[in-house]
Amino acid sequence: MAFSAVLTSEWTKIRTVASTSWTLALALIVTAGFGALISTAVAASFDDMSQIERATFDPTLVSFAGMQFGQLAMIVFGVLVVSTEYSTGMIRTSLAAVPARGGFLFGKLTVATVLALLVGLLTSFVSFFLSQAILGDHGTGLDGENVLRAVVGAGVYMALIALFSMGVASMLRSSVASISILIPFFLIVTNLLNAFEATREYGQYLPTAAGSKIMQVVPNAMGSAESPYGPWGGLGIMLLWVAASVLGGYLVLNKRDA
Amino acid sequence: MIEAVGLTKRFGAKTAVDQLSFQVKPGHVTGFLGPNGSGKSTTMRMIVGLDRPTSGRVTINGLPFRELPNAQRHVGALLDAKAVHGGRRARTHLLSIAQLSGIPEKRVDEVLAVVGLQDAARQRTKGFSLGMGQRLGIATALLGDPQVLLFDEPVNGLDPEGILWVRNLMRRLAAEGRTVFVSSHLMSEMALTADHLIVIGRGRLLADMGTQEFIAHNSAGFARVRAADTDPDGRETLGRALSKAGGRVLQEPDGALRVTGLELPGISDLAHAAGVRLWELSPHRASLEEAYMRMTQSAVEYTSTEDPRAELWEQDPLALPAWEDGPSAPEVPQAGFFAPPPPGAGGKPFLMPSNPGELASTAKDSAEDTR
Repeated sequence: MAFSAVLTSEWTKIRTVASTSWTLALALIVTAGFGALISTAVAASFDDMSQIERATFDPTLVSFAGMQFGQLAMIVFGVLVVSTEYSTGMIRTSLAAVPARGGFLFGKLTVATVLALLVGLLTSFVSFFLSQAILGDHGTGLDGENVLRAVVGAGVYMALIALFSMGVASMLRSSVASISILIPFFLIVTNLLNAFEATREYGQYLPTAAGSKIMQVVPNAMGSAESPYGPWGGLGIMLLWVAASVLGGYLVLNKRDA
Repeated sequence: MIEAVGLTKRFGAKTAVDQLSFQVKPGHVTGFLGPNGSGKSTTMRMIVGLDRPTSGRVTINGLPFRELPNAQRHVGALLDAKAVHGGRRARTHLLSIAQLSGIPEKRVDEVLAVVGLQDAARQRTKGFSLGMGQRLGIATALLGDPQVLLFDEPVNGLDPEGILWVRNLMRRLAAEGRTVFVSSHLMSEMALTADHLIVIGRGRLLADMGTQEFIAHNSAGFARVRAADTDPDGRETLGRALSKAGGRVLQEPDGALRVTGLELPGISDLAHAAGVRLWELSPHRASLEEAYMRMTQSAVEYTSTEDPRAELWEQDPLALPAWEDGPSAPEVPQAGFFAPPPPGAGGKPFLMPSNPGELASTAKDSAEDTR
């Protein structure tokens, strides 16, 4: 079985179900929309901000303020790509046609991740330009120092979130279980652990807390806490999480009866 | 050619398939029979590598499925008609499976035509009936034009025309020299389709033989004898005479006798010698279905018990046996408040006059009615 054959097949699968387009569209709209909303609020109240906040003001990071919610749609996308194979039984039809499970899983993850990356990049650029237009004088341009890294990084971050979710869904094989673990994990657990000084020591190593550093241009922007790693270090930590999740998914698929 | 050797699958403490060894040869339709839960589907899943055997092995053309190069060109399987993403259209579903093995898009349209789904090709599969689902599953199995075909319960949900079509398709595929392995829990269907039968119960092999051979081995004949009801001792006298002559006599619930081991003329002679008048003497052959039921009854996973309907109503001790349909002897009471009155004038069983002359009068009445 050629790997390219799996890629073609998975591309056919992913473009012919409705969930792909609505989850990805939602990721774009929510991220860019919330970013624009918060940018409007920031632009209006810029003069009321504290000295420190103004000194570390990071207009690039403000454009990705909607990521907190937009990433939820990416999680749902990643989960559904994998779990619908199980919930519909399609996995049995697929595996009865391709015995090589490793190639099958990696083909699927490759296609879905590349698609998530493209939509992620589109989202980050749209969010960036929209917010900068709203921020006006307080905004920045792509030619600013490290700005391009942050914008591209935001797109990569979204793709990694999706890939992490695919790995988790491969292990759990259920949409409901995967989504009800992932969303509270990202939305509540990660935020809570990072909200308190005592727990931040651990919380800062969670995938989204570490990975989101790539979106900051100004270190410790907007009065955020200091971290022992830089933007690339943070992305590296997130990559380790993603690798662990994908490896787990592969082991489960290869070992367990489908 | 499919070959299983000592194939075993355990799920925890439960053994689904137990030391199963068989061969499925090319050029024949091989029926795979067993009651629900006997391990048919688990065996099929192990053949295509979805489940790993606990011990033993199963190979296709000498190789385990997972090691087959370009598996789809060797093996096609319909395991579960509903194993499709309902949001995808029939054609794109098939296309995605075809692309896995580099099968050209043209082949997708070919198999859609073979199973008669051309008109539904652009429909989302969640709107499919069970029968359409089965056809789509068969189309998936045919995609790679494989030499070995597996079908798990392919006629489930099909209408009579569809069943006939599947039957002919199986026979045609086998005639082309392919290996066709079809599971079913319906003996009657397999008797018409399969050349060879593999019967399992509780995961164990019960029979592995040609269909004709199976019928010859397993369908025993019997004679049904009914002594005249007007002679109260007739049945007992006859029963004793038959037993003495070496027959094995069983009494049916309605009073008829089921005799094995004696030929019909012999029974007639014995009845004559004993001075018993007969109302019925008929030959019966146990159907293949009965033979199959007899073979598997100890191996049935889920057995039902009689519903006692506690306190709901008194059971009618003289109820008609299930195989006796329609109204019968007049002394059977029309009891049971759910029983509808038999057809015919005045609620009387038709053509069963209890008084002389009654038949003539009813005939006259009805003749007047039609006028």
